Amino acid sequence: MGKVPIPSCDATRGVRKMRRKGLAIMAVHTADPTHPTDETVPPGSADSPLDGAFGPAAALSCRECGTRFPLSPIFACQECFGPLEVAYDLPTGDPEGLRKQIEAGPASIWRYAPLLPVPADVATQRNLHPGWTKLVKADNLARELGITGGLHVKDDSGNPTHSFKDRVVAIALEAARTFGLTTLSCSSTGNLAGAVGAAAARAGFRSCVFIPHDLESAKVVMAAVYGGELVAIEGSYDDVNRFCSELIGDPVGEGWGFVNVNLRPYYGEGSKTLAYEIAEQLGWRLPDNLVIPIASGSQLTKIDKGLRELIALGLVEDKPYKIFGAQAEGCSPVSAAFKAGHDVVRPVKPDTIAKSLAIGNPADGPYVLDIARRTGGAVEDVTDEQIVDAITLLARTEGIFAETAGGVTVGVLRKLIETGQLDPATETVVLNTGDGLKTLNAVEATARPTATIRPTLAAFREAGLA
Amino acid sequence: MSASVRIPTILRTYTGGQAEVPAEGATLAEVIESLEKNHAGISARVLDDTGKLRRFVNVYVNDDDVRFSEGLSTVVPDGASVSIIPAVAGG
Repeated sequence: MGKVPIPSCDATRGVRKMRRKGLAIMAVHTADPTHPTDETVPPGSADSPLDGAFGPAAALSCRECGTRFPLSPIFACQECFGPLEVAYDLPTGDPEGLRKQIEAGPASIWRYAPLLPVPADVATQRNLHPGWTKLVKADNLARELGITGGLHVKDDSGNPTHSFKDRVVAIALEAARTFGLTTLSCSSTGNLAGAVGAAAARAGFRSCVFIPHDLESAKVVMAAVYGGELVAIEGSYDDVNRFCSELIGDPVGEGWGFVNVNLRPYYGEGSKTLAYEIAEQLGWRLPDNLVIPIASGSQLTKIDKGLRELIALGLVEDKPYKIFGAQAEGCSPVSAAFKAGHDVVRPVKPDTIAKSLAIGNPADGPYVLDIARRTGGAVEDVTDEQIVDAITLLARTEGIFAETAGGVTVGVLRKLIETGQLDPATETVVLNTGDGLKTLNAVEATARPTATIRPTLAAFREAGLA
Repeated sequence: MSASVRIPTILRTYTGGQAEVPAEGATLAEVIESLEKNHAGISARVLDDTGKLRRFVNVYVNDDDVRFSEGLSTVVPDGASVSIIPAVAGG
């Protein structure tokens, strides 16, 4: 393993000088936990040193207690440890104009820049420009599952590194640039590590990412190939996460941008773009049901946030929607809590082939429970065998090869219909968040040649294939 | 019985900037009481109004998440390392 480069916090990045200065000012304000809000500089104000670096974002706000903090690379509330999320002054008042602006935008998540914590010129930056993936009308799968109300697959395997993680990394990368950080890092179950490595390569950042030591080989290759440092940790994802939390509090981690730790408030916002795209691709309307995988629960939570913003902005009609969460039985702490009627999640030790969802201590689990209950949805889980069946079902019916997480959502959709929890006469969108090429092991036992024959017509006939 | 407690960045204003401080106690609850004696105010940051661990705080005794064992009653062996860490999401 090579020596991990430690970037200097003092690195000056030319045009970003102004923004770095802004960060230094804010650091003084955020250092005193006893008066976290008294001296907050509203970053949107005329004399703000952030000068539009975060677009419509106004502050960081604690999801638990509502305390607000200036936009900075922090992730936990100084009052109560609750997670911080981005609060906005969103462009209300002219939904028709906003809709036109979005439709005229680039074929990437940046068409939604007016609703994201990014500068207006973000599409000109060095970035992977992910998103605007296909929403596939899945009539064949609908027929197999007995769905009559309409079914779509939001296929995020079409992103630059073949998972939805490119969306979240793209926004964290812009925040890192603004804060003057030069090393991008993350704790990852695999997909995120690849997305960070690729984004760092494109943008000219150093990267150093951390994964559990026992990941699928394709994910290890995808995390390593972009040339950054890749560190395998002897432990589970939760151990990796804990290690990164300690690293970030240590001088060794000074100046690092951990996309899912100190940049997490920005990172999480990337998942909102899934909600925006689904609504726009449906013709600016909301589906009745969404089936979303749960690892940490961040994606599901932010999709709900995105849907509520669309309603608040008048971009879609205000109508009820149900959010269903999907887990693998071998790592189902949120599903177990939902079924038991609990509002907190008891951590588990994961054991499932769906490694991208194998987070035993999901930080946003309590919010997932709130959202599933508020919208009239549910949280359900499926076995590894049902996951493999669902992967082949989706491939066979729609020509979409999903990674194990996609097997979890399709498998859970099937189970929700069979158990009467989801009404097949209503319209559903199911998410596939990653490419099946990342988890070949899951299906290699069954996805085999039909026959191996000599190159003759006789042999073809003998094999019963003529 | 003494333990070494790792303090997260957002609580270091209570420990004069120190990332690691000593504390006494045979259980996690006693260790937190001992921290409070030397660093007044820190306990209210880690525990909620009813005296339970806040839901977005993870505490590890040696390498084990206390929610897998006995929570605040978890035994803290002599010389143990206790880590207080804000919960983070992943992927």
